[in-house]
Amino acid sequence: MNRNLRVATIICLLIGLTVSPLFAGAGQEEAAAKEPIKVGAILAVTGGASFLGGPESKTLEMLVEETNAAGGIAGHPVELIIKDSQASAEKAISFARQLIEEEQVLAIIGPSTSGESMAIKDICQEAQTILLSCAAAETIVNPVASYVFKTPQKDSYAAIWIFQTMQKMGISKIGVVVGNTGFGNGGKAQLEKYAPEYGIDIAIAEVYDGAATDLTGVLTKLKARGVEAVVNWSIVPAQSIVAKNMRQLGMDVPLFQSHGFGNIKYVEAAGAAAEGIIFPCGRLLVADVLAAGHPQKDLLVKYRSDYESRYNEDVSTFGGHAYDALIILKAAIEKAGGVEMSSVRDAIESLQGVVGTAGVFNMSPSDHNGLGLDSFEMLTVKDGKFVVLEQ
Amino acid sequence: MSFEQFFQYFLSGVTSGSIYAIIAIGFNIIYNTTGIINFAQGEFLILGGMIGVSLSSFLPLPLAIAAAVVVTMGVGALIDFLFIKWLKGPSVLRLVIITIGLSILIRETMLHIWDEKVRTLRHFTGTEISSVKILGAYISPQVLWILGISAVIVVVLNLFFRLTLVGRAMRACSDNRTAARLCGIRASQMVTFSFMLSAAIGALAGCVISPLTQTQYDMGAPLAIKGFTVAILGGLGNSTAAVVAGLILGLLEAFSISILPLAYIDAVSIAVLLVILFFRPSGLFGNREASTLKEF
Repeated sequence: MNRNLRVATIICLLIGLTVSPLFAGAGQEEAAAKEPIKVGAILAVTGGASFLGGPESKTLEMLVEETNAAGGIAGHPVELIIKDSQASAEKAISFARQLIEEEQVLAIIGPSTSGESMAIKDICQEAQTILLSCAAAETIVNPVASYVFKTPQKDSYAAIWIFQTMQKMGISKIGVVVGNTGFGNGGKAQLEKYAPEYGIDIAIAEVYDGAATDLTGVLTKLKARGVEAVVNWSIVPAQSIVAKNMRQLGMDVPLFQSHGFGNIKYVEAAGAAAEGIIFPCGRLLVADVLAAGHPQKDLLVKYRSDYESRYNEDVSTFGGHAYDALIILKAAIEKAGGVEMSSVRDAIESLQGVVGTAGVFNMSPSDHNGLGLDSFEMLTVKDGKFVVLEQ
Repeated sequence: MSFEQFFQYFLSGVTSGSIYAIIAIGFNIIYNTTGIINFAQGEFLILGGMIGVSLSSFLPLPLAIAAAVVVTMGVGALIDFLFIKWLKGPSVLRLVIITIGLSILIRETMLHIWDEKVRTLRHFTGTEISSVKILGAYISPQVLWILGISAVIVVVLNLFFRLTLVGRAMRACSDNRTAARLCGIRASQMVTFSFMLSAAIGALAGCVISPLTQTQYDMGAPLAIKGFTVAILGGLGNSTAAVVAGLILGLLEAFSISILPLAYIDAVSIAVLLVILFFRPSGLFGNREASTLKEF
């Protein structure tokens, strides 16, 4: 009897765990007018990069629902298939194969991280399936693969913005710490490439483990070298730990972060230590204070209020990258006037002046990102909020 | 290297060492009673931290932590009741596999209840930016809290295991379960106690380290691996040794950073661990003869 009770309890727990996600997906079926357009998405919804994939998947679900309610794209309803890669390149590869071969999707949105995007770049190119990556590394679109695009700003722009700001502040000797991910290593390469151009000396560059919980050791090393500023380039939670550890060590030099810092959760996690952090970022987080005539203003304010009222959480720039991917696809399908793969691809490549959350996209055969240097703005943290850095 | 720098590396080592040490203590308790390693210990840690963070938004910090400890203790008891108790004379290996399965179950459940976001408990004294200056070097006041609480846990545990009847009964179960049962000790009850105690200490540790390490649903495994390494390094079952070993590993890592690139940090600590296990398989402070009698 006692044993039966236990077994029953276990079964109840397990059923509870497996059934709850099923309900979440139940309401999504749509009555089709024309044949639905299948769009795959490989996102790190859970796992180490969940702060990217979480907002991205929520954004896509919201946007697809909105698009279908408004009659779909060129009369076709959109069928969204989200796969959770948990930021694992192996999973991203098998999901990419599954989406291409079994689901025969028109395009894949994602993956969330640079490492995963690079892992499936060649697969999508060979299968001639459109890939709209939501990851930052420049190598995703350089060299150009004809079917591969990306929506976030290039990381070289972030490096250039950081160095330009340093020049204005009179900083010339810096220390660099990066997380051991595709994003971190890509950023380190860009920083090292552009530093000489701006007369900046990288005294020391170190790579830390993504699961690091304490970085006082390496920061002590930076402090001993007498650096005038620290640049941290990562997407892992350790971004907040760097800020805290610096203050604990009594380091009072400015901390620069990459555009991976564009999530208010990191500011909350770092608390008072986040004050004064400087980082390049798209304009989403400062949408409210943009001038009224700014081309992105209306879109950013709408996305932000839609997202925040629907999900009751703060919007982040990362979700915006998925938003941009879908509106680029939508604009291209409307321009191509059909859903034939190669004509949609050609249409994406020729898109001009598409306003997205990250900036204004002007694609070309040699530029599969389409964003300019002005898509970034330097932000800083003041009283626990993001504000534009006054220079 | 100036003295200030040397001392700063030292304090940095103490910081990470204190985190390792307080995690390692939790491993020893279940080992002391059942002779198994509880691979879900890291999840107890995060569960405690998560509950602490959630409760601290409307409870005072000490109450929130106390409640987190009690709730996690309940989860420890529930786990024993559901998954461990009804096994008849289970092998060590089987128990270990069960705890690995449990760690996955708890982790995914936490993802459902909370979400994937990073949380952090507020500092016990001061804020993120306060630091204590000692001899020209700096340390976070939270590290002093971790060390203090570790010390209290170690002293209380030592007294508990040596002086109280329940504590001695738990140790007897670890040494020889059959003999303990012949003496009238209810072995299965002792195992329940050990799961509760271990969960409680894990939760307390999870709350104490959260201001420094932050808390996220999947952080348990990496933290547990460090804690496990330290528990082995000190000698399994000995909590005092765990604290000393934790500090040794932390210092070793800090000083290796001073001369080697950061990327080699794990290679250095693992190499030292291997060397020590090669020459002293029972750990730095373990009893060699006693360890040959253990099953695991």
